[in-house]
Amino acid sequence: MKTSEADAGYLAAQAQVRSIPTNLTVQKIRERAIEFVMFLCAASSIAITCGIVWVLLAESWHFFRNVSLFDFLTDTQWTVLFENPRYGIMPLVTGTLVTSGIALLVALPLGTTIAIYLSEYANARVREILKPVLELLSAVPTVVFGYFALLFITPMLQNVLPDLPGFNMLSAGIVIGIMIIPYVSSLSEDAMKAVPVNIREGSYAMGATRFQTAVRVLIPSAFSGIASAYVLGFSRAVGETMVVAVAAGTQPNLTLNPMEGAATITAYIVQVSLGDLPHGSVAYQSIFAAGLTLMGMTLIFNIGGYLLRKRYREIY
Amino acid sequence: MDISKQTIEKHLSGNRRFDAFFTVVGLLSTFVGMITLAALLFDLASDGLGRISPQFFISFPSRFAAQAGILSAWVGTVLVMIVTALAAIPMGVGAGVYLEEYAPKNWLTGLIEINIANLAGVPSIVYGLMALGLFVYQFGFGQSVLSAGLTLALLILPIVIVATRESIRAVPLSMREAAYALGATKWQTTKDHVLPYSMGGILTGVIIALSRAIGETAPLITIGALTFIAFLPDPPIKGTFPFISFDWLWSPFSVMPIQMFNWVSRPQQEFHLNAAATGLILMGMTLLMNAVAIYFRYRFRKRIKW
Repeated sequence: MKTSEADAGYLAAQAQVRSIPTNLTVQKIRERAIEFVMFLCAASSIAITCGIVWVLLAESWHFFRNVSLFDFLTDTQWTVLFENPRYGIMPLVTGTLVTSGIALLVALPLGTTIAIYLSEYANARVREILKPVLELLSAVPTVVFGYFALLFITPMLQNVLPDLPGFNMLSAGIVIGIMIIPYVSSLSEDAMKAVPVNIREGSYAMGATRFQTAVRVLIPSAFSGIASAYVLGFSRAVGETMVVAVAAGTQPNLTLNPMEGAATITAYIVQVSLGDLPHGSVAYQSIFAAGLTLMGMTLIFNIGGYLLRKRYREIY
Repeated sequence: MDISKQTIEKHLSGNRRFDAFFTVVGLLSTFVGMITLAALLFDLASDGLGRISPQFFISFPSRFAAQAGILSAWVGTVLVMIVTALAAIPMGVGAGVYLEEYAPKNWLTGLIEINIANLAGVPSIVYGLMALGLFVYQFGFGQSVLSAGLTLALLILPIVIVATRESIRAVPLSMREAAYALGATKWQTTKDHVLPYSMGGILTGVIIALSRAIGETAPLITIGALTFIAFLPDPPIKGTFPFISFDWLWSPFSVMPIQMFNWVSRPQQEFHLNAAATGLILMGMTLLMNAVAIYFRYRFRKRIKW
């Protein structure tokens, strides 16, 4: 009785050992399949980029069959939705540049100061508290910022500047600037933190103060990282939509005066999308041409930033 | 040249004073952000708190500001978020795991990595344009919950991927080697050891990504979300066979930020109060999600000691 039980156990074990090779093959196939599925997930990001480029180019190509590129770039009016449409992208581009310009005027000094403060002055405890709170700024829904710009900042500015219209680029720009502070400050801080300690110590050993070390040693050393932070800030400002759509108005306006209201590229896209435009009309295609212009602007700025970084890169 | 002890000390104390001065400037700069945040919350609360009532959550939008509510908007937000989460989490985590654990070092991997970094910088409205051309018209999904959820999923994919990669990278190599030494395969190692240890970081990233998606407005307007909608999508659970229905995926929709945008763009003051109330609820949701994320990050960081 006992022996037969032991025999049975032995036989079962033997059977298991024999079946291992086939299990291994199955396992190998399964491993490969899983790896392939995950590769597809990763590769899907390339599909997204291709999708973006393809849609923008294809629809814009249809647009430029109806509108000459020359008019698009030189005409001073953008009246796509009117009776006699004119297709000059310039008013939208100036609107975008003015709002982002104001935003950068707010975000770059503040963001850089915060970065220097957090990386060189603040102790670990203060940093642990301040950083997450600052990052909450970028978590606030942008439409809420739009509300804030239109119904809080604009009335406040109107106390100082009585002539300021209800829709203006100034308040939109200021709010976008505050919104992108965390992007600028946290990337710049990371870049400054990454500068090797011995460079910092060298500066201190020469008798430099913290501020002198930060401005004359750390910023030049971390320039490449700080430049990327600035470029990201600009991309965010240019692509920001809801704040300008709510607070800067939807009237295309060829002006560089921030006290006026003007539509940006993104606000125009929103305005058109809110209406019910027939698929395939020129006005429908125009939002893709506008989107392509937007991408072009960020691309130019990114390439500029890349060249700047390459020129001033410091390698340790 | 005469350098007396006195001039040196004067110079030094001047420097010291400037450093102290800059500490104050730095603190004040961080306060600009915080004061804005506080003013924003206070402004929303003082305008909108009075409008928040149970009635506000169970009423459809209306021509009369006092009767209007956000029922269709919050239902839309919940449905869109379900689609977004179901699409973005598996894809993002899969991509992150592949890039950290499997990917060979070659040009294709490099291309994917650069591409993900660049995608994070693409303006959200451009995703909306892409989705309009591709999902709405090319694939024929229409201006539906499905299109909206997929659009937001693509938008937050880079955040999920980056968070996954960072937390996987924090798992020490010795964990993997121990698993391999016991005969585990690569997938078994990943599934049973690497992923459980990095779950905290991944969860944090996912929550933050979803909190971004909840507040996104522009891409959903672009794909044609409705700004005024007085009906609910088809319910997913039915009383009759087969009990589950996916018709809601194809339903037109609105979401909370779009409802808020609609109200804030109206000239009447009373609608602005509704907008403030919606904004307050949105802020509450995103701040809560971020707080949960910070808590997770803190807890998991504390619990795991290598």
